[in-house]
Amino acid sequence: MSRSNAAPWAAPVKFTGWRLFLRTVWARAYPRIIGQQREPAWVFSETFLPFLATVGYVYVYRAIRAPEVYIGFAVMGGAMTAFWLNVMWSMSAQLYWDKEQGNLPLYIMSPTSLMAIMLGMALGGMLATSLRAAIILVLGSWLFQVPFAVSSFVQLFAVFLLTMTALYGLGMILGSLFLLFGRDAWQITNMLQEPVYFVSGFYFPIRNFGFALALGASILPLTLGMDAMRQLVFADGPALGFLSVPLELGILAVMAVAFIALARLCLSVIERKAREEGTLTDRRR
Amino acid sequence: MLRQHAQTFRTAAWLGWQIESNWTDPLLFFVFSVLKPISSVLILVFMYNVVAQTGPGDPIFAFIYLGNAFYIYVGAVMADTSYAILDDRERYRTLKYLYVAPISVPVYLVGRAVARFVIGTLAVAITLAAGVLFFGLPISLARVDWPLFTASMLLGVASLASLGLVLGAWTLTIRNEPWFLGEAVAAAMYLFSGAIFPLDILPRWLQPIGFALPMSYWLELVRRSVLGDAAAAFPTFAALSDGQLLLILAAMTLVLAVIAAVAFRFFDRVARDRGLIDVVSNF
Repeated sequence: MSRSNAAPWAAPVKFTGWRLFLRTVWARAYPRIIGQQREPAWVFSETFLPFLATVGYVYVYRAIRAPEVYIGFAVMGGAMTAFWLNVMWSMSAQLYWDKEQGNLPLYIMSPTSLMAIMLGMALGGMLATSLRAAIILVLGSWLFQVPFAVSSFVQLFAVFLLTMTALYGLGMILGSLFLLFGRDAWQITNMLQEPVYFVSGFYFPIRNFGFALALGASILPLTLGMDAMRQLVFADGPALGFLSVPLELGILAVMAVAFIALARLCLSVIERKAREEGTLTDRRR
Repeated sequence: MLRQHAQTFRTAAWLGWQIESNWTDPLLFFVFSVLKPISSVLILVFMYNVVAQTGPGDPIFAFIYLGNAFYIYVGAVMADTSYAILDDRERYRTLKYLYVAPISVPVYLVGRAVARFVIGTLAVAITLAAGVLFFGLPISLARVDWPLFTASMLLGVASLASLGLVLGAWTLTIRNEPWFLGEAVAAAMYLFSGAIFPLDILPRWLQPIGFALPMSYWLELVRRSVLGDAAAAFPTFAALSDGQLLLILAAMTLVLAVIAAVAFRFFDRVARDRGLIDVVSNF
């Protein structure tokens, strides 16, 4: 029986188990998918600012007379920055913001799981950010006449999906850790922006790091994800790739499972700590 | 009056330093202060190394490296002056108390920016040192034209602080999500001021934006004073002498200072009229 047809004195319908989990996921994803689009300032800052940076890097390549394929690399990297920004500011730092705003105690007290809340945030953020990344990609490709030559749409879709799963899994882990950092969370989120752009090779192929460094950088899902995507969408991509696409797909799949499992563990630890100590949700910490 | 301003400035500078630095231990603070700019410059170094076969001796390398290093000041002074006003209004919720205190708010804001300026200077120095030590940046302290460098830095930082005041006052009047404004302007200037590529690379119809920005002249003067003849490899400002560039920058700084004073009074009145001094937008 739906709530609208129920008698006013009837007890509200209680959802449990998977139904509660899924409803929580949808409830937390909703503000990300719908609500964020209503805030022009966010759309502007998450689309326009990375786009400006991308244009800057494209002109640097023009200034040093780089081959056209690098222009495509920069445009794709610029589009992918939207995801890293979303993961850092709207996933990793989110529980910290929620603590500041007083929502975190409500999350902890509610009969649903933190995992469902984080998953909702991730799904909503992923969808909303995909739109912004697409705008940057389309606009950049159009402005700079980037030549795409997709070799396999299936592999491209698989790489993107696995990269996003692993990336948002990492976001959930960082979200739990940042909650423990307290006041440092904002500074650390801010600090991790450019270093990750560099280490993950957002604007150049990571192959140029040399094998050992590039392997180390591959702990971040975007590093391998972007390398594989560049190999799949640009004619000269494979020649500038780090590992083969199938191998990168395999590693990304392992990362996706591992990061989500670790995130689940981290969130349960946070939840237990919050209930036992009663201080984790304290705004003053 | 002057004594009161000096006291406000000193206290604000000290407060700014405490806010910027006391959230962690000195080591992490140092890492935080230099990691971001170093990474930013490393992106450009790798982009250059991946493509260029000419090595760091090519004038374009020094052009890109220096422009990016000194652009740190734009974020530190301009964007953070505007950010300080929001920080006080929304995060610490102290702006209303500052308004009722017998101090000058613009002086307080410029004082708050001092801490960022100091941190920015540290980051610029480390970035330049890394450039000389690891990437073959052709800088020699003995060959730097110090008077030109000092004059251009004074004017450049003054124009950045003026722009920061304009943005800060403007953000006071924005109801929803005012945080992005300083960052957006800094990002736009990064593109149009010739920080990381010569302005001639921009499409012809976009170049006038670059010529209207004081940062373009400031960065050119800094390059000339630090690199000497190597800075003359690009035609953008080749027709202008150092003196002419300084004069243009001084005139622009003066105009900006006047605009900042007028804009602050205007936006301040709007914010008071609309009751925005103690509003919390969405923190």
